[in-house]
Amino acid sequence: MSDFETVAATEDQSARRGVSGEPGTPAATQRPRSLAGDAWRDLRRKPVFWISLVLVVLVAAMAAVPSLFTANDPRDCLLSRQHAGPSGGAIFGYDFQGCDTYARAVYGARASLLVGAFSALLTGVIALVVGMVAGFFGGWVDAVLSRVIDIVLGIPLLLAAIVLLKRVSTASDNVRLLAVIFVLAVLGWTTAARVVRSSVITAKEQDYVAAARMLGAGNGRIMWRHILPNALAPAIVVLTIALGSFIAAEATLSFLGIGLKAPTISWGIEIDAGRVHMRESATPLVVPSVFLALTVLAFIMLGDAIRDAFDPKLR
Amino acid sequence: MTHAAVRPTPASPTPPGGHLLEVRDLHIEFRTGEGVAKVINGVSYHLDAGETLAVLGESGSGKSVTAQAIMGILDTPPAVIRSGEIRYQGRDLLTLPEEQRRQVRGKEIAIIFQDALSALNPTFPVGWQIGETLRQREGMSRADARARVVELMDLVRIPGAAGRLGDYPHQFSGGMRQRVMIAMALAMNPKVLIADEPTTALDVTVQAQIMDLLADLRRDLDMAMILITHDLGVVAGVADRIAVMYAGRIVEHADVRSLYRAPAHPYTKGLLESIPRLDVRGQALSTIRGLPPNLMRIPSGCPFHPRCPYAQQVCVDVVPHDLVLDDGRTSACHFAQEVRDDSAR
Amino acid sequence: MTAPANPAKVRGETILAVDNVVKHFPITRGVLLQRQVGAVKAVDGVSFELRRGETLGIVGESGCGKSTLARLLMRLETPTAGRAVLEGRDLFAAKGGELRRLRRNMQMVMQDPYTSLNPRMTVGDIIGEPFEIHPDAAPKGSKQKRVRELLDVVGLNPEHINRYPHQFSGGQRQRIGIARALALRPEIIVCDEPVSALDVSIQAQVINLLEQLQDEFGLSYIFIAHDLSVVRHISDRVAVMYLGRIVEIGTENEIYERATHPYTQALLSAVPVPDPDARENRNMIRLTGDVPSPADPPSGCHFRTRCWKAQEICATQDPATVPRAADPHPSACHFAELRPVA
Repeated sequence: MSDFETVAATEDQSARRGVSGEPGTPAATQRPRSLAGDAWRDLRRKPVFWISLVLVVLVAAMAAVPSLFTANDPRDCLLSRQHAGPSGGAIFGYDFQGCDTYARAVYGARASLLVGAFSALLTGVIALVVGMVAGFFGGWVDAVLSRVIDIVLGIPLLLAAIVLLKRVSTASDNVRLLAVIFVLAVLGWTTAARVVRSSVITAKEQDYVAAARMLGAGNGRIMWRHILPNALAPAIVVLTIALGSFIAAEATLSFLGIGLKAPTISWGIEIDAGRVHMRESATPLVVPSVFLALTVLAFIMLGDAIRDAFDPKLR
Repeated sequence: MTHAAVRPTPASPTPPGGHLLEVRDLHIEFRTGEGVAKVINGVSYHLDAGETLAVLGESGSGKSVTAQAIMGILDTPPAVIRSGEIRYQGRDLLTLPEEQRRQVRGKEIAIIFQDALSALNPTFPVGWQIGETLRQREGMSRADARARVVELMDLVRIPGAAGRLGDYPHQFSGGMRQRVMIAMALAMNPKVLIADEPTTALDVTVQAQIMDLLADLRRDLDMAMILITHDLGVVAGVADRIAVMYAGRIVEHADVRSLYRAPAHPYTKGLLESIPRLDVRGQALSTIRGLPPNLMRIPSGCPFHPRCPYAQQVCVDVVPHDLVLDDGRTSACHFAQEVRDDSAR
Repeated sequence: MTAPANPAKVRGETILAVDNVVKHFPITRGVLLQRQVGAVKAVDGVSFELRRGETLGIVGESGCGKSTLARLLMRLETPTAGRAVLEGRDLFAAKGGELRRLRRNMQMVMQDPYTSLNPRMTVGDIIGEPFEIHPDAAPKGSKQKRVRELLDVVGLNPEHINRYPHQFSGGQRQRIGIARALALRPEIIVCDEPVSALDVSIQAQVINLLEQLQDEFGLSYIFIAHDLSVVRHISDRVAVMYLGRIVEIGTENEIYERATHPYTQALLSAVPVPDPDARENRNMIRLTGDVPSPADPPSGCHFRTRCWKAQEICATQDPATVPRAADPHPSACHFAELRPVA
């Protein structure tokens, strides 16, 4: 209903030039409000946004400074404490190796978040470039790039990851971390690229792009000033959600033994280890699983909340 | 706002059985995250059998919302009907149970919209869509419904009707789609037809055809029509009476001829003076200064006072009642007589 | 801001000459290997001249090609054929720097004030963008000052330079669009339905503003609209388009009082007049049928399928838009005649 969304009339204050005009003030109290500003005002009122944000901040803090959350060393393992109950700082007890279950889950956040964040970042770069080029130039460029997207989309993630990561199975921890990030990004950019492409196509058809062109603006300026800002918001939403699923994918790969490997600590490795001895004690399986699930959920909820806030249909 | 002052107009004195359709002191709000917008603020009007009432207003005036309230198709929430009555043949539609309300909708009162393309389902043939109500609500057989659909399409002058039953909406031009909409509205022989900006999306030659058609149908089928529009030219062509809306109120109500000859509300006067005319050369366009009000912050007193050249202190302080002029028209202006005399000059 | 009009430039001289411009949009089949199966003849040989300081109105119904014509003139579409001479150069052949320079002289005000302004840019950025693209148009450091002047010129409060488009009403947004078009001090402004998206009471404000700016800056307008009353009000000369062609062109008086083309006559007679007393004695020409598809226009005269005067010659011979015996202004009808006064 735009029927009542009229703007406030205030006294005609600048009837200079005899343009017995509409007054310049939409509303006396109004200040400049950008779309992002409006989205923020909208987000502020949403509990889902705050809950997911708190979770994300917690996990990020855990990844950055794990010692804030536990005093115990996750690598301080004594077989004599195998599957021992909670004691000291080990609030969830000990695992098969006699390591502090909670401490290992806390320290696992770093690898998971690193993989998630950098995969999402790399994905974003690929998606923005491919989506922008395909959407903006159209024609055969678009046809070729769209087919490439289709092909990559058709590759089963796990199968391709197994094949690709086999080659680095003996490499150092850091190389393997990079390899996982790379593989996830290379296989996972397609959805985001499609979103970028379609928002670029929508933005390209807008009158304000035509207006810029009529002023003599070149392709670079039009892409940078007029199209990118309008394609960015949906891309960020998709990437936030993708970040969550990349963390889950890392865990899956590590769980299968083809991602990260001990002595690196990650949720996937912990879940795998916990699974083997599930019968004896379920906590070493449950704790990293809950950490993983909450983190993935937090990112997906955050992405959803931002999407709603930016949705022009609700404005 | 008193209804007593609105009801008697010379064009149609209250018939013994009451009016066919009557809106009384309707108040509607829209409650949104931003605040409460007072969209309809005491609207009263009536419609008698066989006449055409034009409701004229700009966007945000509430002209369409009133029609949606009559049809019972307002989205609630965000809309809230605060008070008022909508009487059809004496029954208050607002208090009617939904089941009976549905009987009125389409069968007694039907509506056509501006945007025929989005009002039609793109995935079904038009013949099927026109016939849907006949099969569902009248329980007609397929063959009977089909025959009636062809009859309806002939009625709205769609050429080669029988051959076009299977065509889809996108195969029709804008004008033809509007005819399909009219055929759908007429399917159940309504007594009242509400036409909400029926020709706004159409070209001028097609607009003329559709307005002709509506006028002919209204006469031939003995319907009453409410024509909702912003176009003063369209109103002049077909309406008997006219109600001018501003900020959710009816500011002037008169028979068409006297209103065009000498508007008695400054808003109507301003509108008439601000439109360029095909038949008048070299006129200077006067303008109404300012903007329509924000319905969340309607100005005190007369809502038009910030834009009104006649405004005095009384307009800021006192909400004007409908003033009945000597010729029976009403105007919600403290200076109605003066405005009319100025206009007549 | 001072008027850009050079005193040496003579009012009334030809400033833009459009010669036989054609735009056919190919209709293609297939996704990767596209082959052309036909063409939508959106603009099919249009010629006219725009004179300095005048307003040329272009009227026609939807699909007649008037908006495509505007996009062609603004080089948003590439014409299939034709020339448009601006400042002695062919606008349609210009490229790169030359095109950028020519663009400074010709700007457009668009129809929809809601989509023509980038929602993520402030008003200052929107009106300032022309100066960023053409840094020589405003001396260094004076951009902000120029933007404020422009806001003032179009009747908006210069203090609102930091606001975003959605904080303005439709009419105010249209003023922002006009300010942007004025920024480079063009001599020609193409107005594509500039008031049709606005409320009645706001339309007059914008029309008056356009007229005032024309007087002040010596602008020439190409004013495209479907509303014949608005066009009559603002135009000095008027061209009537039907199915991609100009069927009649002349002074405002010639078109509105002495039209000789049956389509113009029908169009004029269909305009609703805000006068209830005119209801009965109006003599309306009722056209039947719809506008044919521009992908498959009728042979000969495009209007003949809806014309009550059509004869055999109309199907075989394309009437040229030339002066006719009935009245000396160009009209594309074999049977051009004045309409008897009702």
